[in-house]
Amino acid sequence: MPVQYSGITDEHLAVRNHAGVFDISHMGEFFVSGPGAMVWLNTLLTNDISLLKTGDGQYTLMLNERGGVIDDLIVYRTEPEQFLLVVNASKIEENAAWMTAHLPADGSVVFEDQSRMWAALAVQGPAAPALLDHLPPRNGVKTGGSVIICRTGYTGEDGFELLAPAEAGSAWFERFVQAGAKPCGLGARDTLRLEMCYPLNGNDLSPDRTPLEASLAPFVAMNKGHFIGRDTLAAQKADGTHDRLVAIRLVEKGPPLRSHYTVFADGQPVGTLSSGGISPSLGFSIGMAFLPASHTAVGTKLEIDVRGKHHAAVVVKKPFYHKTA
Amino acid sequence: MTFPDTLRYTSSHEWVRLDGDMATVGITDHAQNELGDVVYLDLPAAGRTATAGEALAVIESVKAASDIYAPVAGEVMANNAAAAATTSLVNTDPYGDGWLFKIKVSDPEAVSSLLDVAAYKSLVGQ
Repeated sequence: MPVQYSGITDEHLAVRNHAGVFDISHMGEFFVSGPGAMVWLNTLLTNDISLLKTGDGQYTLMLNERGGVIDDLIVYRTEPEQFLLVVNASKIEENAAWMTAHLPADGSVVFEDQSRMWAALAVQGPAAPALLDHLPPRNGVKTGGSVIICRTGYTGEDGFELLAPAEAGSAWFERFVQAGAKPCGLGARDTLRLEMCYPLNGNDLSPDRTPLEASLAPFVAMNKGHFIGRDTLAAQKADGTHDRLVAIRLVEKGPPLRSHYTVFADGQPVGTLSSGGISPSLGFSIGMAFLPASHTAVGTKLEIDVRGKHHAAVVVKKPFYHKTA
Repeated sequence: MTFPDTLRYTSSHEWVRLDGDMATVGITDHAQNELGDVVYLDLPAAGRTATAGEALAVIESVKAASDIYAPVAGEVMANNAAAAATTSLVNTDPYGDGWLFKIKVSDPEAVSSLLDVAAYKSLVGQ
């Protein structure tokens, strides 16, 4: 996927107002099946997979022993005893190695990395659902034909993600473009997800930060029983003083925020931006940063250092962008 | 893409228009196309002394921040406040209303050692 086709702003607004298509074939697809699949996955993932009926999907995270994030992913229950995991491209090998190493010895679970076999397209925007028949309900998955249709995305808009055999990917892409979806690149994918405060692994998620720090508690089922990383989360939850990932905007029109910019409060450095940009929908500069609990309340006054100049900033409620339909 | 043959160019994609000893500087059509939508300009203040090759301005697109270099030495005489306020001018009119700053050059001869249009076109594969 290129950074842009017609321009990031143009592509971004097409997704917000009509429809765009992203080639996300780089993402990974794992299939986990067998009588032990559900119980085993629930020991590796933070959300409660037992809540999924066949045809449902959920956002979830896979943690290391320290409670840090290995990857965030969506898991779909495609059959009573089969699950599809869609994972980040840069983490395919690490995820596969981690999962394989933790497979139960009794043979009750089969793990298969099918990442090379599937092309994937994200078709997103208010007009996207009309571009394909037989869509599953929100967060759901539909299998059975030559393609897998997932009613999910990374933009905050309605739409779907279509998995097709690798050789069929470009024909599907063309088909959606012909139907009116604008080709979109990595740049718009980033601005769209940032307006929604969806985390990006490698920026806002890391092996050294827990999902509680990343403000993803709704996707962590502490009461489902043991899972890898839970002990750290339980301790953090009891203590309550951990850093949190917050949404920050510049108060006035200014430069786009970028990851690695230093965040100040009362002249003292308090954190570093993990993501940043300028919001094409809203017209102001936005970012996210892990800040100490004392500086995470909405309305907290901050400054961001951009090339030596401090710009007034403020903690705001997530997400930045709200659909006004 | 257009590259006026009355201008001089740099390998870092600035253009220079010399009027007496006053050089107007901007970025080329190729550069604005590569950057994409320009959303912010950090321009040098009038009175600042510039050495050739010094990073003098920053141009930010949605994608990234890029340094803009002084093509020649001199003193900054003006910057384009209109472009700083309406940054899309850099995309829509890079050689006109999208200019960035003006330098009173110490040595006007230095401008003639910059790339001519043929050399710049070949640099960007046109």
